[in-house]
Amino acid sequence: MIDNPRFANRSELIGILVLAVLLVVILPLCLDVFRLNLVAKYLTYAFVALGLVICWGYGGILSLGQGVFFGLGGYCMAMFLKLEASSPENTKIQSTPGIPDFMDWNQITQLPFFWKPFHSLSFTIAAVILVPAFFAFIIGAAMFKRRVGGTYFAIITQAVAAILTILIVGQQGYTGGINGMTDLRTLKGWDIRPDHAKVVLYFFEVACLFGCIFIAQFIRHSKLGRILVAMREKEDRVRFSGYSVANFKIFAFCIAAIFAAIGGAMFALNVGFMSPSFVGIVPSIEMVIYTAVGGRLSILGAIYGTLLVNFAKTSLSESFPELWLFGLGGLFIAVVLAFPNGLAGIWGDYIQPQLNRLMPSGKSGSGPKAGWHDSSVADGAPAE
Amino acid sequence: MLIGHQPKPFLLSVEALTVSFDGFKAVNDLSFYVDENEIRVIIGPNGAGKTTVLDLICGKTKATSGSIHFRDKDLTKMKENQIVQAGVGRKFQTPSIYDDLTVFENLEISYPRGRTVFGALTFTRDAVVRDRVEEVAEIIFLKDRLNMSAELLSHGQKQWLEIGMLLIQDPELLMLDEPVAGMSVSERVKTAELLNRIIEDRSVLVIEHDMKFVEDIAHKVTVLHQGQILSEGSMEHVKNDPKVIEVYLGH
Repeated sequence: MIDNPRFANRSELIGILVLAVLLVVILPLCLDVFRLNLVAKYLTYAFVALGLVICWGYGGILSLGQGVFFGLGGYCMAMFLKLEASSPENTKIQSTPGIPDFMDWNQITQLPFFWKPFHSLSFTIAAVILVPAFFAFIIGAAMFKRRVGGTYFAIITQAVAAILTILIVGQQGYTGGINGMTDLRTLKGWDIRPDHAKVVLYFFEVACLFGCIFIAQFIRHSKLGRILVAMREKEDRVRFSGYSVANFKIFAFCIAAIFAAIGGAMFALNVGFMSPSFVGIVPSIEMVIYTAVGGRLSILGAIYGTLLVNFAKTSLSESFPELWLFGLGGLFIAVVLAFPNGLAGIWGDYIQPQLNRLMPSGKSGSGPKAGWHDSSVADGAPAE
Repeated sequence: MLIGHQPKPFLLSVEALTVSFDGFKAVNDLSFYVDENEIRVIIGPNGAGKTTVLDLICGKTKATSGSIHFRDKDLTKMKENQIVQAGVGRKFQTPSIYDDLTVFENLEISYPRGRTVFGALTFTRDAVVRDRVEEVAEIIFLKDRLNMSAELLSHGQKQWLEIGMLLIQDPELLMLDEPVAGMSVSERVKTAELLNRIIEDRSVLVIEHDMKFVEDIAHKVTVLHQGQILSEGSMEHVKNDPKVIEVYLGH
């Protein structure tokens, strides 16, 4: 009688399918390679937004420093690509050939020890996941075990974002400084710059995104997902039901960090560079806005939110560059005040009921939860 | 009088327990013992430290000095979730349930399995869990509300749900903070019936103001006043204690 699907119920599957058709068929057919590459760039943020749904939407842990993990993932990937681009043949005009160009400009004559393992792609892939996860674990353990939460946690994550940016900019001999790591060329000898490579990378990224969506769906439908919701509301009750609340928060924060890091790595691949301007406070807050606009309780909503805000950003800032930041701020305030559940909430509260009225389906009553509003968060497991 | 190093037949031994908040001793050198299968009611005027005592036992508040032994474990050295796992359940004064989840999910989360992160990820809602949830839902009069969002329950039903969430944990010591507060008369009767049913095979520590209710269920009553024990014994004994009449019952 009480159904508990492992990954998704029927209506969520439809929602995922719709998204898949949009990303795999419609966008590649309608957009030229330049625009498709822009979508690929937007989707790298969708990974972050997806992590924020788990961490902030479900777990109630607002992190304003997801740029840190996006950056860590991105830099890990960029270090590998940069090393490959800095082969001795490519860099023979440098005073020390075989090291990245920015090191040479900073009078560094030897590859630093922590760069060396990034010659290996498998190490790099492991590092993309493990470095941010470890970092998130340290921050999470330090904060959540001491019961630091809410606003204080958000402020601390902001501080971490600021610190990491300063560190990257300051250590330019090791990190490329404010310019970041540019001129990334090949992945295992395969050129990532031409148009056909961009298309391949786009599809690879979409595949990874769906992998993350399935992981998020699995978490959401597991008991852990329900414990996160329970914790968000009544932390003490969860604690006095025999759970270590801190461990669950650390888990949610680490998952969000890993998703963000995968997004960062995709950014380095798809956009071809990585710089501290994607690490700091402003990008971190922007990533929260994407999630808020899409709907922080909706896994798919966060992805649509990211795409829409970024489309708006690109088209508006092409015509009115100064106005965009005001627009973004206004959008955030409007969403928080009027539509706390974002686009997904609007869909679930207004559009879905209309659709249900037009097309009555097999299930009646509270109605099937098609589309991308995960309203069964509020309604609990749907009754069959 | 029993001294600490002797073997303890008690389920719960609170000895010389003191907690001070910025110099104010909310609980002051308090000692009491709860037997197996005993129903102990703590009464006392507002601010007597009743809720603080429960907070200390369940680990929500850390003791300044003194000890709380539950069987052979010292609860003052354990974390909240470890205390729960040792077999102490706590109900809060205001109904503390998860509004965004259904009644079923509320009970399921309290089911004592899969309490680690990995355990929660791999937890499956199998027949054992379903049966147990339904069994408990029946006891707490919510069997036909399993799929309802807990937010929509009445105040009394929320209280029952929280009692059910404790029941499904199957604790050896159950602590209830004003379980009938804010309930209608008929709900009180039902709650008394519910409590009488669930206190079989376990010890219960109850804070309650409703004297009728206390008389119905208490084996022994402890009267607290300003963080100390004013009187202890049967309801009959306590009721006739002149000190108790003066500070509490007389009002």
